[in-house]
Amino acid sequence: MTAPRTDRSSLELVIEDDRRDRIPPLVRAERLTKAYEVRGSLFGPKRLLRAVDDVTLTVRKGETLGLVGESGSGKTTLGRTILRLVEPTVGRIVFDGMEITHKTERELRPLRRRMQIVFQDPYSSLDPRMKVGEIVAEPLHIHRLHRTRAEVDARVASLLERVGLRPEAMRRLPHEFSGGQRQRIGIARALATEPSFIVCDEPVSALDVSIQAQIVNLLLDLQEDLALSYLFISHDLKIVEYVSHRVAVMYLGRIVEIAPTASLFERRLHPYTRALASSVPVADPSRRRLRIVLEGEPASPLDPPSGCAFHPRCPRIVRGACDVEIPPLRETEPRSGHRVACFNPHV
Amino acid sequence: MRAVDDVSFEVPEGATVALVGESGSGKSVIALSILGLIASPPGTVEAGEVLFRGRDLRKLPERQLRHVRGKEIAMVFQEPMTSLNPVYTVGSQIVEAIRIHETVSRATAKRRAVELLGLVGIPSPKARIEAYPHELSGGMRQRVMIAMALACRPALLLADEPTTALDVSVQAQVLELLEKLQKELGMGLLFITHDLGVVAELASDIVVVYAGRVVETGPAPDVFRDPLHPYTRGLLASVPPAESSRRADRPRRLDAIGGIVPDLSALPRGCRFADRCALRRSSAAEQERCDTIEPELTVLPSGRSVRCHLRPS
Repeated sequence: MTAPRTDRSSLELVIEDDRRDRIPPLVRAERLTKAYEVRGSLFGPKRLLRAVDDVTLTVRKGETLGLVGESGSGKTTLGRTILRLVEPTVGRIVFDGMEITHKTERELRPLRRRMQIVFQDPYSSLDPRMKVGEIVAEPLHIHRLHRTRAEVDARVASLLERVGLRPEAMRRLPHEFSGGQRQRIGIARALATEPSFIVCDEPVSALDVSIQAQIVNLLLDLQEDLALSYLFISHDLKIVEYVSHRVAVMYLGRIVEIAPTASLFERRLHPYTRALASSVPVADPSRRRLRIVLEGEPASPLDPPSGCAFHPRCPRIVRGACDVEIPPLRETEPRSGHRVACFNPHV
Repeated sequence: MRAVDDVSFEVPEGATVALVGESGSGKSVIALSILGLIASPPGTVEAGEVLFRGRDLRKLPERQLRHVRGKEIAMVFQEPMTSLNPVYTVGSQIVEAIRIHETVSRATAKRRAVELLGLVGIPSPKARIEAYPHELSGGMRQRVMIAMALACRPALLLADEPTTALDVSVQAQVLELLEKLQKELGMGLLFITHDLGVVAELASDIVVVYAGRVVETGPAPDVFRDPLHPYTRGLLASVPPAESSRRADRPRRLDAIGGIVPDLSALPRGCRFADRCALRRSSAAEQERCDTIEPELTVLPSGRSVRCHLRPS
């Protein structure tokens, strides 16, 4: 129904990626697009909203890929499309060597065990009427992983301990816990089926600063012990810089820059990445820097600008190029793994 | 339950004071108490003074207080969507705010409203004045709230997490705007936030609150360079540093403060931070003191103050 709006470059990139990687990919999204038909107004014509637009990315085994972007950038939709909680419009999803794009829910079930999600809001993502023990045990029942009651209880107890809660917590209700503790419960639930891949969708954004660090550290410990792969979605660049091996920056449904963490934050090749990084207030008054304050607001995905979606706000626009053609996501130096979608990057 | 207990601080004319604390620390209650907006019941302000240019606002009759509120002291809240009335245009809401406090014609007030929207950086303000809140983005709504707060050129603006719900690029715009307006209008700003990055960018002075108590105050650069209270220290350590000197492609741990904020209805006898405190006690007697006697807020020769037994007085 929709054809991706780009040239062939992102396809080439997939092949390049294959040759270089020594660590095998666990999850791969290829030219993934999610479009919704929406009406701008009650009787207006139907239009296509591309929440995710031609995204190719890989999450390797044991790796954290950070995904940053502002609201409306499509990062949450991308995370859910990769898990097939949202059906992709175009593109392929490969999980551990198996294409899962068109698998039926029944065929998917054994794989669902290995792909989990942790949500942003620990207040609304736990059923308030279920005991904590039932919440954590639910995935075990769905996937029929334990037979006896005693087996289930023992497993739940060890999961709760694993995330830093006391086993007695299983007999209590979610409202008896603080935000940070609830997020621990959500993580225990995600771990129940022994997943290898977890989409962490803004897992610490709703938490207080001093609690954020506790949860981030817990996720890092779990990754090390259980060799987990994370897609870590956040609007918080500082946190993403801390937890990620590699980072992808999204703007209006597309990845505009992706690179190993240090390279991304040191070089900030895309003007949007640079503006975003400079907007983040840093907790050090002696380093008050120049903010690059972007004019205007992100364009609507319903009515994306021609060419590069960022061009109307871009301080480095090249007329005749940026407003005409979508820049391909290309490596700036061979083998650097640093790719940027810009005709006039900061190099 | 005491949400806020014996809190004292001042906002000098034209200064920006940041009130820093986590959820449940009582920082919003402080702002509401200043304006006499604590709903009673269930709340009461039991004791204390709110001195504004020499007058105690708590002793003013409600009618006079209403003249101060919105005119001399204005407030901006976190959620612009719930603070704006959805059934009126933003223009008519600003006009109303102006006409409550000043006897001007509707036409004059409307002209002022257009100017204000321009001042806060809303493009084509003449047209936007006819917009309803839902037709504006979050950043635009927050600008409208600021425009409304500035309508009567207040001497003091209370801003309660005004950028928390916004994207960083929009937050940067709003912070820039607040800074600019403050300079132009010579307005004092009490900025309530949990975001230390925002504090570092904006504040001249800092007041740190924990579990309803002020635990540290001081000029912002000093507090960031040398935090005195172990809670302030932990808070600063738990945010990723400004420029990561140790940039890496590997995940790194953050320094977390263990434990959680105490329940305000079951506060410990001694220091409210004692069970999370990372400072080393040299003796059992010292530990005993922290656990049983609550420290006073002590003013140091430098003018800074701290509430901790283990800090030099």
